[in-house]
Amino acid sequence: MITISKVSKWYGTMQVLKNCSTEVAKGEVVVVCGPSGSGKSTLIKCVNGLEPFEEGTITVDGISVGDRKTNLPKLRARIGMVFQHFELFPHLSVMRNLSLAQVKVLGRDSKTADEKGRKLLERVGLTSHAEKFPGQLSGGQQQRVAIARALAMDPIAMLFDEPTSALDPEMINEVLDVMVALAKDGMTMIVVTHEMGFARKVANRVVFMDKGEIVEDAPTADFFGKPRSERAQMFLSKILQQ
Amino acid sequence: MFTNFDWDVIIRSLPYLFLDGMRFTIMLTFMATAGGIVIGTLLALARLSNIPGLSHVAGVYVNLIRSMPLVLVIFWFYFLVPYIGQWITGASRPIQVGAFLSALVTFTLFEAAYFCEIMRAGIQSIPRGQAQAAQALGMNYWTAMGEIILPQAFRNMVPVLLTQTIILFQDTSLVYVISVTDFFGAASKVAQRDGRLVEMYLFAAAVYFVISLAASYWVRHLQHRIAIIR
Repeated sequence: MITISKVSKWYGTMQVLKNCSTEVAKGEVVVVCGPSGSGKSTLIKCVNGLEPFEEGTITVDGISVGDRKTNLPKLRARIGMVFQHFELFPHLSVMRNLSLAQVKVLGRDSKTADEKGRKLLERVGLTSHAEKFPGQLSGGQQQRVAIARALAMDPIAMLFDEPTSALDPEMINEVLDVMVALAKDGMTMIVVTHEMGFARKVANRVVFMDKGEIVEDAPTADFFGKPRSERAQMFLSKILQQ
Repeated sequence: MFTNFDWDVIIRSLPYLFLDGMRFTIMLTFMATAGGIVIGTLLALARLSNIPGLSHVAGVYVNLIRSMPLVLVIFWFYFLVPYIGQWITGASRPIQVGAFLSALVTFTLFEAAYFCEIMRAGIQSIPRGQAQAAQALGMNYWTAMGEIILPQAFRNMVPVLLTQTIILFQDTSLVYVISVTDFFGAASKVAQRDGRLVEMYLFAAAVYFVISLAASYWVRHLQHRIAIIR
Protein backbone atom coordinates (compact mmCIF):
# COMPACT_ATOMS: atom_id res chain seq x y z
CA MET A 1 0.00 0.00 0.00
CA ILE A 2 2.91 2.34 0.80
CA THR A 3 5.95 2.11 -1.43
CA ILE A 4 9.08 4.09 -0.68
CA SER A 5 11.53 3.86 -3.50
CA LYS A 6 15.07 5.27 -3.58
CA VAL A 7 14.22 8.36 -1.57
CA SER A 8 16.97 10.87 -0.85
CA LYS A 9 16.67 14.18 0.94
CA TRP A 10 19.05 16.99 1.73
CA TYR A 11 18.98 19.87 4.18
CA GLY A 12 21.25 22.25 2.31
CA THR A 13 24.38 20.21 1.71
CA MET A 14 23.67 17.67 4.44
CA GLN A 15 22.08 14.49 3.20
CA VAL A 16 19.52 13.26 5.72
CA LEU A 17 18.02 10.42 3.71
CA LYS A 18 20.13 8.20 1.49
CA ASN A 19 18.47 6.09 -1.13
CA CYS A 20 15.79 4.69 1.18
CA SER A 21 13.50 1.96 -0.12
CA THR A 22 10.91 -0.15 1.63
CA GLU A 23 7.34 -1.27 1.29
CA VAL A 24 4.38 -1.62 3.58
CA ALA A 25 1.55 -3.91 2.57
CA LYS A 26 -2.06 -3.47 3.58
CA GLY A 27 -2.60 -4.47 7.18
CA GLU A 28 1.10 -4.66 7.90
CA VAL A 29 2.73 -3.06 10.95
CA VAL A 30 6.26 -1.83 10.35
CA VAL A 31 8.41 -0.45 13.15
CA VAL A 32 11.16 1.97 12.21
CA CYS A 33 13.95 2.24 14.74
CA GLY A 34 17.47 3.53 14.99
CA PRO A 35 19.61 6.04 16.86
CA SER A 36 18.37 9.61 17.09
CA GLY A 37 19.24 11.74 14.11
CA SER A 38 19.13 8.71 11.82
CA GLY A 39 16.30 10.12 9.70
CA LYS A 40 13.41 7.97 10.96
CA SER A 41 11.06 10.88 11.64
CA THR A 42 12.05 12.60 8.44
CA LEU A 43 11.29 9.44 6.48
CA ILE A 44 7.74 9.02 7.80
CA LYS A 45 7.06 12.73 7.39
CA CYS A 46 7.95 12.25 3.73
CA VAL A 47 5.22 9.62 3.46
CA ASN A 48 2.44 12.20 3.89
CA GLY A 49 4.37 15.02 2.31
CA LEU A 50 5.00 17.04 5.46
CA GLU A 51 8.65 16.96 4.44
CA PRO A 52 9.55 17.33 0.78
CA PHE A 53 12.21 15.07 -0.70
CA GLU A 54 14.48 15.67 -3.64
CA GLU A 55 14.93 12.22 -5.15
CA GLY A 56 12.97 9.00 -5.44
CA THR A 57 9.27 8.28 -5.25
CA ILE A 58 6.77 7.49 -2.54
CA THR A 59 3.35 6.17 -3.47
CA VAL A 60 0.44 5.72 -1.09
CA ASP A 61 -2.46 3.67 -2.40
CA GLY A 62 -1.15 4.25 -5.92
CA ILE A 63 -0.86 8.03 -5.54
CA SER A 64 2.58 9.60 -5.86
CA VAL A 65 3.33 11.89 -2.91
CA GLY A 66 6.14 13.84 -4.52
CA ASP A 67 4.19 14.55 -7.71
CA ARG A 68 3.42 18.27 -8.03
CA LYS A 69 -0.01 17.45 -9.45
CA THR A 70 -1.03 15.41 -6.40
CA ASN A 71 -3.64 17.06 -4.20
CA LEU A 72 -1.64 16.72 -0.98
CA PRO A 73 -4.36 17.86 1.46
CA LYS A 74 -6.70 15.25 -0.02
CA LEU A 75 -4.08 12.52 0.30
CA ARG A 76 -3.12 13.56 3.84
CA ALA A 77 -6.74 13.40 4.92
CA ARG A 78 -6.56 9.65 4.22
CA ILE A 79 -3.35 9.06 6.19
CA GLY A 80 -3.50 9.43 9.95
CA MET A 81 -0.53 10.86 11.78
CA VAL A 82 0.38 10.92 15.45
CA PHE A 83 3.17 13.22 16.64
CA GLN A 84 5.74 12.97 19.38
CA HIS A 85 4.38 16.10 21.08
CA PHE A 86 0.69 15.23 20.48
CA GLU A 87 -0.05 18.55 18.76
CA LEU A 88 -3.64 18.67 19.87
CA PHE A 89 -5.19 22.06 19.25
CA PRO A 90 -5.01 23.71 22.68
CA HIS A 91 -7.69 26.32 22.01
CA LEU A 92 -10.33 23.70 21.16
CA SER A 93 -12.11 21.19 23.37
CA VAL A 94 -11.27 17.51 23.03
CA MET A 95 -14.52 16.94 21.13
CA ARG A 96 -13.81 19.83 18.77
CA ASN A 97 -10.29 18.49 18.21
CA LEU A 98 -11.89 15.27 17.01
CA SER A 99 -14.64 16.78 14.89
CA LEU A 100 -13.01 19.86 13.31
CA ALA A 101 -11.20 18.16 10.43
CA GLN A 102 -14.12 15.78 9.84
CA VAL A 103 -16.33 18.79 9.22
CA LYS A 104 -13.87 21.12 7.46
CA VAL A 105 -12.01 18.54 5.39
CA LEU A 106 -14.38 15.62 4.86
CA GLY A 107 -17.52 17.75 4.83
CA ARG A 108 -19.36 15.67 7.42
CA ASP A 109 -22.14 17.43 9.28
CA SER A 110 -21.30 18.26 12.86
CA LYS A 111 -23.73 15.73 14.31
CA THR A 112 -22.14 12.83 12.44
CA ALA A 113 -18.69 14.13 13.32
CA ASP A 114 -19.51 14.41 17.01
CA GLU A 115 -20.96 10.92 17.03
CA LYS A 116 -17.84 9.53 15.40
CA GLY A 117 -15.72 11.48 17.86
CA ARG A 118 -17.63 10.11 20.81
CA LYS A 119 -17.26 6.53 19.56
CA LEU A 120 -13.51 6.94 19.21
CA LEU A 121 -13.16 8.57 22.63
CA GLU A 122 -14.89 5.51 24.00
CA ARG A 123 -12.44 3.31 22.14
CA VAL A 124 -9.44 5.08 23.73
CA GLY A 125 -11.19 5.16 27.10
CA LEU A 126 -11.68 8.91 27.47
CA THR A 127 -15.42 9.39 27.14
CA SER A 128 -15.67 11.54 30.25
CA HIS A 129 -13.11 14.04 28.98
CA ALA A 130 -14.95 15.18 25.84
CA GLU A 131 -15.58 18.71 27.01
CA LYS A 132 -12.16 19.31 28.56
CA PHE A 133 -9.33 21.18 26.90
CA PRO A 134 -6.12 19.35 25.96
CA GLY A 135 -4.12 21.26 28.59
CA GLN A 136 -6.28 19.69 31.29
CA LEU A 137 -5.29 16.14 30.32
CA SER A 138 -2.17 14.15 31.13
CA GLY A 139 0.36 13.41 28.42
CA GLY A 140 -0.88 9.85 27.96
CA GLN A 141 -4.48 11.01 27.70
CA GLN A 142 -3.50 13.70 25.20
CA GLN A 143 -1.73 11.17 23.02
CA ARG A 144 -4.76 8.88 23.10
CA VAL A 145 -6.94 11.81 22.01
CA ALA A 146 -4.44 12.48 19.22
CA ILE A 147 -4.77 8.88 18.05
CA ALA A 148 -8.57 9.17 18.15
CA ARG A 149 -8.34 12.43 16.21
CA ALA A 150 -6.37 10.71 13.45
CA LEU A 151 -8.74 7.72 13.42
CA ALA A 152 -11.75 10.00 13.10
CA MET A 153 -10.72 10.65 9.51
CA ASP A 154 -11.10 6.91 8.69
CA PRO A 155 -7.49 6.68 7.49
CA ILE A 156 -6.23 3.90 5.23
CA ALA A 157 -2.92 3.91 7.12
CA MET A 158 -1.48 5.42 10.29
CA LEU A 159 1.93 7.00 10.84
CA PHE A 160 3.31 7.25 14.37
CA ASP A 161 6.27 9.54 14.98
CA GLU A 162 7.78 8.50 18.33
CA PRO A 163 4.35 8.50 19.98
CA THR A 164 5.66 7.62 23.44
CA SER A 165 8.97 9.49 23.54
CA ALA A 166 7.56 12.58 25.25
CA LEU A 167 5.62 10.61 27.85
CA ASP A 168 6.38 9.84 31.46
CA PRO A 169 7.19 6.11 31.82
CA GLU A 170 3.96 5.27 33.64
CA MET A 171 1.90 6.64 30.75
CA ILE A 172 3.62 4.79 27.96
CA ASN A 173 1.61 1.62 28.29
CA GLU A 174 -1.81 3.23 28.07
CA VAL A 175 -0.79 4.60 24.65
CA LEU A 176 0.88 1.38 23.51
CA ASP A 177 -2.23 -0.59 24.47
CA VAL A 178 -4.32 1.55 22.12
CA MET A 179 -1.77 1.01 19.37
CA VAL A 180 -1.64 -2.74 19.92
CA ALA A 181 -5.42 -2.93 19.69
CA LEU A 182 -5.28 -0.91 16.52
CA ALA A 183 -2.70 -3.25 15.01
CA LYS A 184 -4.79 -6.27 15.94
CA ASP A 185 -7.73 -4.67 14.13
CA GLY A 186 -5.67 -4.81 10.95
CA MET A 187 -4.66 -1.16 10.57
CA THR A 188 -1.72 -0.50 8.28
CA MET A 189 0.88 1.20 10.46
CA ILE A 190 4.33 2.69 10.27
CA VAL A 191 5.64 3.31 13.76
CA VAL A 192 8.82 5.15 14.60
CA THR A 193 9.63 4.08 18.14
CA HIS A 194 12.24 2.88 20.58
CA GLU A 195 9.73 0.59 22.26
CA MET A 196 11.21 -2.76 21.31
CA GLY A 197 8.61 -4.60 23.37
CA PHE A 198 5.93 -3.13 21.16
CA ALA A 199 7.91 -4.05 18.06
CA ARG A 200 8.29 -7.66 19.17
CA LYS A 201 4.64 -7.92 20.03
CA VAL A 202 2.92 -6.50 16.96
CA ALA A 203 5.38 -5.59 14.21
CA ASN A 204 5.47 -7.69 11.08
CA ARG A 205 8.74 -6.13 10.05
CA VAL A 206 11.40 -3.93 11.57
CA VAL A 207 13.26 -1.30 9.57
CA PHE A 208 16.53 -0.20 11.14
CA MET A 209 17.96 3.14 10.08
CA ASP A 210 21.30 4.77 10.75
CA LYS A 211 22.76 7.98 9.33
CA GLY A 212 19.94 8.41 6.84
CA GLU A 213 20.18 4.90 5.43
CA ILE A 214 17.95 1.89 5.78
CA VAL A 215 20.50 -0.55 7.12
CA GLU A 216 18.22 -3.47 7.80
CA ASP A 217 14.70 -4.35 6.77
CA ALA A 218 13.71 -7.74 8.14
CA PRO A 219 10.79 -9.71 9.58
CA THR A 220 10.52 -9.03 13.30
CA ALA A 221 11.70 -12.47 14.44
CA ASP A 222 14.75 -12.32 12.20
CA PHE A 223 15.62 -8.80 13.29
CA PHE A 224 15.61 -9.65 16.97
CA GLY A 225 17.00 -13.15 16.44
CA LYS A 226 19.96 -12.52 14.23
CA PRO A 227 20.40 -8.97 13.00
CA ARG A 228 22.78 -9.11 10.07
CA SER A 229 24.39 -5.69 10.31
CA GLU A 230 26.86 -4.77 13.01
CA ARG A 231 25.19 -1.40 13.55
CA ALA A 232 21.84 -3.00 14.25
CA GLN A 233 23.47 -5.48 16.62
CA MET A 234 25.08 -2.63 18.53
CA PHE A 235 21.86 -0.65 18.64
CA LEU A 236 19.92 -3.64 19.89
CA SER A 237 22.41 -4.57 22.58
CA LYS A 238 22.37 -0.98 23.86
CA ILE A 239 18.62 -0.60 23.84
CA LEU A 240 17.87 -4.05 25.29
CA GLN A 241 20.32 -3.59 28.16
CA GLN A 242 18.16 -0.84 29.62
CA MET B 1 -2.24 79.87 41.61
CA PHE B 2 -5.50 78.66 40.15
CA THR B 3 -7.46 81.77 41.16
CA ASN B 4 -7.50 83.27 37.69
CA PHE B 5 -8.65 80.07 36.09
CA ASP B 6 -12.16 79.54 34.84
CA TRP B 7 -12.93 75.86 35.30
CA ASP B 8 -16.51 76.50 34.33
CA VAL B 9 -15.45 76.58 30.70
CA ILE B 10 -15.05 72.82 30.89
CA ILE B 11 -18.54 72.28 32.22
CA ARG B 12 -20.01 74.54 29.59
CA SER B 13 -18.27 72.77 26.73
CA LEU B 14 -18.71 69.18 27.96
CA PRO B 15 -21.43 68.23 25.44
CA TYR B 16 -19.34 69.55 22.57
CA LEU B 17 -16.16 67.92 23.85
CA PHE B 18 -17.66 64.49 24.32
CA LEU B 19 -20.59 64.22 21.93
CA ASP B 20 -18.68 65.70 19.03
CA GLY B 21 -15.03 65.31 19.89
CA MET B 22 -14.78 62.08 21.85
CA ARG B 23 -17.33 60.33 19.71
CA PHE B 24 -15.14 60.96 16.68
CA THR B 25 -12.00 59.88 18.52
CA ILE B 26 -13.55 56.62 19.71
CA MET B 27 -15.08 55.90 16.33
CA LEU B 28 -11.81 56.48 14.52
CA THR B 29 -9.91 54.40 17.06
CA PHE B 30 -12.21 51.39 16.81
CA MET B 31 -12.69 51.45 13.06
CA ALA B 32 -8.97 51.88 12.43
CA THR B 33 -8.17 49.08 14.88
CA ALA B 34 -10.62 46.69 13.24
CA GLY B 35 -9.45 47.55 9.74
CA GLY B 36 -5.81 47.62 10.80
CA ILE B 37 -5.98 44.15 12.35
CA VAL B 38 -7.63 42.65 9.26
CA ILE B 39 -5.19 44.23 6.83
CA GLY B 40 -2.29 43.73 9.23
CA THR B 41 -3.05 40.02 9.50
CA LEU B 42 -3.17 39.68 5.71
CA LEU B 43 0.15 41.55 5.52
CA ALA B 44 1.62 39.22 8.13
CA LEU B 45 0.49 36.19 6.10
CA ALA B 46 2.06 37.79 3.03
CA ARG B 47 5.32 38.43 4.88
CA LEU B 48 5.46 34.83 6.06
CA SER B 49 4.44 33.28 2.74
CA ASN B 50 6.93 31.61 0.47
CA ILE B 51 5.36 32.94 -2.69
CA PRO B 52 8.22 34.75 -4.43
CA GLY B 53 7.89 38.51 -4.29
CA LEU B 54 4.84 38.62 -2.05
CA SER B 55 6.72 38.65 1.24
CA HIS B 56 9.13 41.18 -0.22
CA VAL B 57 6.37 43.59 -1.25
CA ALA B 58 4.68 43.32 2.15
CA GLY B 59 8.01 43.81 3.90
CA VAL B 60 8.77 46.96 1.92
CA TYR B 61 5.33 48.37 2.72
CA VAL B 62 5.62 47.68 6.44
CA ASN B 63 9.13 49.08 6.72
CA LEU B 64 8.26 52.14 4.67
CA ILE B 65 5.22 53.00 6.80
CA ARG B 66 7.02 52.31 10.04
CA SER B 67 9.84 54.66 9.15
CA MET B 68 7.59 57.65 8.45
CA PRO B 69 6.17 60.07 11.00
CA LEU B 70 2.42 59.66 11.36
CA VAL B 71 1.73 63.37 10.87
CA LEU B 72 3.43 63.24 7.53
CA VAL B 73 1.35 60.26 6.44
CA ILE B 74 -1.86 61.98 7.55
CA PHE B 75 -0.92 65.04 5.52
CA TRP B 76 0.06 63.09 2.47
CA PHE B 77 -3.07 61.02 2.48
CA TYR B 78 -5.29 64.01 2.93
CA PHE B 79 -3.88 65.60 -0.17
CA LEU B 80 -3.25 62.44 -2.16
CA VAL B 81 -6.39 60.37 -1.65
CA PRO B 82 -8.58 62.69 -3.80
CA TYR B 83 -6.13 62.31 -6.67
CA ILE B 84 -5.80 58.57 -6.25
CA GLY B 85 -9.60 58.38 -6.25
CA GLN B 86 -9.68 60.38 -9.44
CA TRP B 87 -7.09 58.15 -11.01
CA ILE B 88 -8.94 54.96 -10.07
CA THR B 89 -12.41 56.07 -11.08
CA GLY B 90 -11.25 58.11 -14.04
CA ALA B 91 -13.26 61.11 -12.89
CA SER B 92 -12.50 64.51 -14.33
CA ARG B 93 -11.87 66.10 -10.94
CA PRO B 94 -10.21 64.97 -7.71
CA ILE B 95 -12.70 63.00 -5.62
CA GLN B 96 -13.59 64.76 -2.38
CA VAL B 97 -13.51 62.11 0.27
CA GLY B 98 -13.88 64.26 3.36
CA ALA B 99 -11.58 64.53 6.30
CA PHE B 100 -13.09 61.63 8.26
CA LEU B 101 -12.73 59.07 5.48
CA SER B 102 -9.24 60.32 4.74
CA ALA B 103 -8.27 60.03 8.39
CA LEU B 104 -9.83 56.58 8.64
CA VAL B 105 -7.99 55.29 5.57
CA THR B 106 -4.73 56.78 6.82
CA PHE B 107 -4.95 55.34 10.30
CA THR B 108 -6.10 51.95 9.04
CA LEU B 109 -3.22 51.63 6.58
CA PHE B 110 -0.72 53.10 9.02
CA GLU B 111 -1.72 50.90 11.93
CA ALA B 112 -1.89 47.87 9.62
CA ALA B 113 1.91 48.00 9.43
CA TYR B 114 2.20 47.81 13.20
CA PHE B 115 -0.52 45.18 13.58
CA CYS B 116 1.26 43.21 10.86
CA GLU B 117 4.40 42.95 12.96
CA ILE B 118 2.38 41.98 16.04
CA MET B 119 0.47 39.28 14.17
CA ARG B 120 3.66 38.04 12.53
CA ALA B 121 5.22 37.57 15.95
CA GLY B 122 2.00 35.90 17.10
CA ILE B 123 1.96 33.45 14.19
CA GLN B 124 5.62 32.64 14.70
CA SER B 125 4.99 31.97 18.38
CA ILE B 126 2.78 28.98 17.50
CA PRO B 127 4.84 25.76 17.44
CA ARG B 128 5.47 24.40 13.94
CA GLY B 129 3.90 21.12 14.99
CA GLN B 130 0.49 22.79 15.11
CA ALA B 131 0.65 23.64 11.42
CA GLN B 132 1.94 20.13 10.68
CA ALA B 133 -0.89 18.55 12.65
CA ALA B 134 -3.43 20.66 10.76
CA GLN B 135 -1.82 19.70 7.45
CA ALA B 136 -1.64 16.05 8.42
CA LEU B 137 -5.40 16.11 8.95
CA GLY B 138 -5.81 17.28 5.37
CA MET B 139 -6.53 20.94 6.05
CA ASN B 140 -5.51 23.33 3.32
CA TYR B 141 -3.61 26.56 4.00
CA TRP B 142 -6.64 28.74 4.69
CA THR B 143 -8.42 26.23 6.92
CA ALA B 144 -5.25 25.62 8.93
CA MET B 145 -4.70 29.36 9.28
CA GLY B 146 -8.30 30.23 10.02
CA GLU B 147 -9.07 27.40 12.43
CA ILE B 148 -5.77 26.55 14.07
CA ILE B 149 -2.97 29.10 13.72
CA LEU B 150 -4.66 32.50 13.69
CA PRO B 151 -7.08 31.90 16.60
CA GLN B 152 -4.13 30.91 18.78
CA ALA B 153 -1.87 33.68 17.49
CA PHE B 154 -4.62 36.23 18.00
CA ARG B 155 -5.31 35.12 21.54
CA ASN B 156 -1.64 35.20 22.41
CA MET B 157 -1.37 38.68 21.00
CA VAL B 158 -4.57 40.28 22.31
CA PRO B 159 -2.75 42.19 25.07
CA VAL B 160 -0.20 43.58 22.62
CA LEU B 161 -2.90 44.38 20.05
CA LEU B 162 -4.93 46.26 22.65
CA THR B 163 -1.88 48.14 23.89
CA GLN B 164 -1.30 49.21 20.30
CA THR B 165 -4.94 50.34 20.20
CA ILE B 166 -4.35 52.52 23.26
CA ILE B 167 -1.41 54.13 21.47
CA LEU B 168 -3.64 54.59 18.44
CA PHE B 169 -6.27 56.23 20.65
CA GLN B 170 -3.69 58.82 21.66
CA ASP B 171 -2.32 59.21 18.15
CA THR B 172 -5.73 60.06 16.71
CA SER B 173 -5.26 63.54 18.22
CA LEU B 174 -2.91 64.20 15.31
CA VAL B 175 -5.89 64.61 12.99
CA TYR B 176 -5.94 68.24 14.13
CA VAL B 177 -3.48 68.89 11.29
CA ILE B 178 -6.27 68.34 8.78
CA SER B 179 -8.73 70.33 10.90
CA VAL B 180 -10.87 67.43 11.98
CA THR B 181 -12.63 67.87 15.29
CA ASP B 182 -11.67 64.95 17.45
CA PHE B 183 -11.60 65.23 21.24
CA PHE B 184 -8.31 67.10 21.27
CA GLY B 185 -9.40 69.26 18.35
CA ALA B 186 -12.63 70.19 20.17
CA ALA B 187 -10.73 71.05 23.33
CA SER B 188 -8.29 73.11 21.29
CA LYS B 189 -11.09 75.04 19.57
CA VAL B 190 -12.81 75.91 22.85
CA ALA B 191 -9.48 76.85 24.38
CA GLN B 192 -8.72 79.33 21.65
CA ARG B 193 -12.24 80.71 21.38
CA ASP B 194 -12.51 81.43 25.10
CA GLY B 195 -8.86 82.12 25.75
CA ARG B 196 -8.71 79.29 28.29
CA LEU B 197 -5.72 77.36 27.01
CA VAL B 198 -4.34 76.06 30.27
CA GLU B 199 -7.68 74.82 31.60
CA MET B 200 -8.67 73.04 28.42
CA TYR B 201 -5.31 71.43 27.72
CA LEU B 202 -5.02 70.26 31.31
CA PHE B 203 -8.48 68.79 31.10
CA ALA B 204 -7.75 67.12 27.76
CA ALA B 205 -4.57 65.62 29.16
CA ALA B 206 -6.44 64.32 32.20
CA VAL B 207 -9.11 62.69 30.03
CA TYR B 208 -6.54 60.94 27.80
CA PHE B 209 -4.67 59.85 30.90
CA VAL B 210 -7.69 58.40 32.68
CA ILE B 211 -9.02 56.56 29.63
CA SER B 212 -5.63 55.13 28.66
CA LEU B 213 -4.85 54.07 32.20
CA ALA B 214 -8.24 52.43 32.70
CA ALA B 215 -7.86 50.66 29.35
CA SER B 216 -4.42 49.30 30.19
CA TYR B 217 -5.69 47.98 33.54
CA TRP B 218 -8.51 46.29 31.70
CA VAL B 219 -6.02 44.74 29.24
CA ARG B 220 -4.01 43.34 32.11
CA HIS B 221 -7.13 41.85 33.64
CA LEU B 222 -8.16 40.40 30.28
CA GLN B 223 -4.73 38.86 29.77
CA HIS B 224 -5.29 36.48 32.65
CA ARG B 225 -8.79 35.55 31.59
CA ILE B 226 -8.21 34.58 27.98
CA ALA B 227 -4.91 32.72 28.31
CA ILE B 228 -5.01 29.27 26.63
CA ILE B 229 -4.43 26.39 29.01
CA ARG B 230 -1.34 24.53 27.86
